[in-house]
Amino acid sequence: MEYVLALVVLALLVAAVLSVPFRRRGEEERLEETRLAELRAAKEAKYREIRDAELDHQMGKLSRDDWRAVDRDLRNEAIDILRELDRLEGKVPQGGMDR
Amino acid sequence: MDPSRKRKVRLVVALTAAVLLATALIYTSFSASTEASKPSEIKPGRSYELTGKVVNGSIRHDGDDLRFRVRDRDGTASVPVSYTGVVPDPFRDGREVIVSGELEHGTFVAERDSLVTKCPSKFTKDEQSS
Amino acid sequence: MAGVGSACLFIALLTALYAIAASVYGARSGRREWVTSGRRAIYCVAGLCVIAFGVLESAFLRSDFSFALVAEGSSIETPTFYKVTALWATQDGSLLLWVTLLSLFSTTVLFLTRRSLRDIAPWATAVLGGVAAFFLLLMIGWENPFDTLATPPADGVGLNPLLRHPAMMIHPPMLYTGYVGFSVPFAFAIGALVARRPGADWIRATRRFALIAWIFLGTGIMLGALWSYTELGWGGYWAWDPVENASLMPWLVGTAFLHSIMVQEKRGMLKVWNASLICATFTLALLGTFLVRSGILDSIHAFGASTIGVQFLVFIGLVIALSAGLIISRLPLLRSEAKLDSLLSREAFFLLNNLVLVGLCLVIMWGTFFPLISEAITGTKASVGPPWFDRLVTPLALVLVLLTGIGPVLAWRRFTPAALWRVLAVPVAATATALVLLLAFTDAADSWTSLLMFCLVAFVLTVVSQELWRGTAARRTMTGESWPRALARLTGRNRRRYGGYLVHAGIAVLFLGVAASSAFVDQRDVRLSPGESFDVNGYRVTYREPTAKLGGDSGGTGAPISFGAVLDVRKGGKHYVLRPSRNYYSTADPSLGTISRLFEGEATSEVDVRWGLTRNFWMAIRPDIGSLDKPIREADAKFANASGDVQALIVAALAERYRRDPPPAAFRAISSPFVVWIWIGGGIVVLGGLVAAWPSPEARLRRVRSLYSARVGQELSRA
Repeated sequence: MEYVLALVVLALLVAAVLSVPFRRRGEEERLEETRLAELRAAKEAKYREIRDAELDHQMGKLSRDDWRAVDRDLRNEAIDILRELDRLEGKVPQGGMDR
Repeated sequence: MDPSRKRKVRLVVALTAAVLLATALIYTSFSASTEASKPSEIKPGRSYELTGKVVNGSIRHDGDDLRFRVRDRDGTASVPVSYTGVVPDPFRDGREVIVSGELEHGTFVAERDSLVTKCPSKFTKDEQSS
Repeated sequence: MAGVGSACLFIALLTALYAIAASVYGARSGRREWVTSGRRAIYCVAGLCVIAFGVLESAFLRSDFSFALVAEGSSIETPTFYKVTALWATQDGSLLLWVTLLSLFSTTVLFLTRRSLRDIAPWATAVLGGVAAFFLLLMIGWENPFDTLATPPADGVGLNPLLRHPAMMIHPPMLYTGYVGFSVPFAFAIGALVARRPGADWIRATRRFALIAWIFLGTGIMLGALWSYTELGWGGYWAWDPVENASLMPWLVGTAFLHSIMVQEKRGMLKVWNASLICATFTLALLGTFLVRSGILDSIHAFGASTIGVQFLVFIGLVIALSAGLIISRLPLLRSEAKLDSLLSREAFFLLNNLVLVGLCLVIMWGTFFPLISEAITGTKASVGPPWFDRLVTPLALVLVLLTGIGPVLAWRRFTPAALWRVLAVPVAATATALVLLLAFTDAADSWTSLLMFCLVAFVLTVVSQELWRGTAARRTMTGESWPRALARLTGRNRRRYGGYLVHAGIAVLFLGVAASSAFVDQRDVRLSPGESFDVNGYRVTYREPTAKLGGDSGGTGAPISFGAVLDVRKGGKHYVLRPSRNYYSTADPSLGTISRLFEGEATSEVDVRWGLTRNFWMAIRPDIGSLDKPIREADAKFANASGDVQALIVAALAERYRRDPPPAAFRAISSPFVVWIWIGGGIVVLGGLVAAWPSPEARLRRVRSLYSARVGQELSRA
């Protein structure tokens, strides 16, 4: 008996929780904002790589030429990310560039 | 060396290493393994991993030796065992054991410290080694 | 109350199934409400599991023996700590723990990614729901923790005394957290494959979960080894038993995964590797959970002949089929974005690292499943023992330690060959010095594998120290900070890298302990009477006197009878006193006499260890209570219906008899060097892992970021 009672109560509770998204419609898509967050994370990672490469050069693992080559590649990749960011942020109103 | 040739060389090296490892595995395991057998199956002349149950009332301490009989899990064929070394905590009458050794003159002479006893209860997780 | 628990499980199963359906429908139709609802379903599953867990735990604490599980695993006199932890000592309870942890982890990751990974998260939700559903189904259909007994007994059976050790009780939750933790990156990997977004996003979102899982799994393995060393009567910490191996294999592949994902994050390479590695890690984690309870391999660990072995196999088969199918069908998408520039780069060595770790895992898998393999090929079940494992694993372990030293020394993308000398000079010199010192002052040469390992350990530790030193020095030239500040800033800014280096140092220390304690151990088994002595490794061990105690021993296990010895260990000026003993518990077996029953239950070895930084002295005793057989049988006859108090008096008399006239007892003494460093090394590994997992402060980056932003922006405008 206790089993059946618990079943009913829990089922109702769960159903209530699960139906909330259907009742609370009109939630903004904001697809672009999530893409922005992902790009910013990628940008941070790229900047970290640039700094790491410089540290490696300072520690003597990379010769000056090798470091220049790696640094150039990384900065180009960073530029690509920034371009993409710019493009997206052009569409989104001023929410703050580098928060 | 151009890139595609480099890649081929790397692939060959990797495959060779894999083949070597596989050969080492297969060769060493089949030659070093001991066969798991029941008391009714063992014969003299080679080493086995004897599995079975301890016969009730057969445990005796003979100085440094431990003597007991092991029988088939589902059967009555049993063989006397002579063992020295660490005796796992769950070891007692009726428990399932695994012990390595060789049959000599009718007695299974066990390798030192090779006795392993299985945990008896269905619900408790037990860890025991020798 | 059991009804509430059962109901929770049933509703949780339905909810988990709903989570799968809703998430998949939402993903395919693009209707976000369904995805959100599916995510909330997982939250509900977590809530329900927590309630069920609470119901069961409260039953244990209240000693409610109407719950079948409580009656089997606990008793009135079981200490509270073990009452709480007895829940997961049972098959059913451990499944509940697994699914509760899984649903909590799932909730956490889905909450954190609720606004990102839009394409991937729904599929990940479905996968996580599917795994939860499997475990819930197992419980409801076959191993229900809420089974009740029609007539509850007055007292329970009690916890198996061998498990009454703190490490043994923390061990399962640690392992399960490890296994469960890996299900998160697995789910997102599957999601990424299904949604055709194989980039590094899913990795970035789940990297920390993988790392935390890895830390917990490693800790669980270490605790298991510690338990084996301090609780069991054989004095070893690793036996290559199938269940031990089952926890090690996912850890090895998980280690490969953690390294390999760095390459994908930086260069977009090794995508196929990463997808395969995480699927393999998760499969092995399931396999680990399954092996303990399957009974398919002759292991002493088995939960016993199992009722759920087949179901696990089917599920594991499904997981493998799904993973393999997805990876193969998405192969074109998983193409590398870049090429391997240089064989001296970190990327190349991480690839090599993958190969070595996977190789190690395959060797262990082969040995573990050999009985089944040989049966399939030759018809007879044959097995391989620890010597085989040691022989094959040692060379791979040596290569691995070498790699842990070389990895930190390299750089990403490329490495100037000329710089190789600059970077390796000091470590190689240190290694050579270590070699010379070891050969000159120790007998390390007796075991060339150990000698080699010691040298490699010196290599790794020097490399890590050098990295820290030079990194701090380089930072100082850039910023002019003081040494401590520069070091703190260096490691704080780059926790992942330096946490990783710390882990490498920990691994080296661990292997130092393993190599020393296995090759240079000294062990003796003897039978002694009081007053007699023997020698081990220059230590003189004298059996001073026997001990016999009743009811209550140092381990807090509530053990009734304890026979042991006091031994003096002397070497030079050193003197230790060791007190190993053996606990005898009672049994409820009605075929034995009243007094016999008190001695014939389980017996555990209470080992005494003297820990030392350079050497451990370990002793165990196996008293011969055969001399008490006759008096016990006499007591059985005379006092067949004695009350508890009278029984206690009789036992006290028997104990006194043992003390006065003890027969020779069997002792095992082991003197092993550097054993403690195994666990110290393990501790360093955990510390390093935590450092690597610690979130980095965003604020501090802001200043430098704007500087760089300006510089990159300048070039942008120029270009």
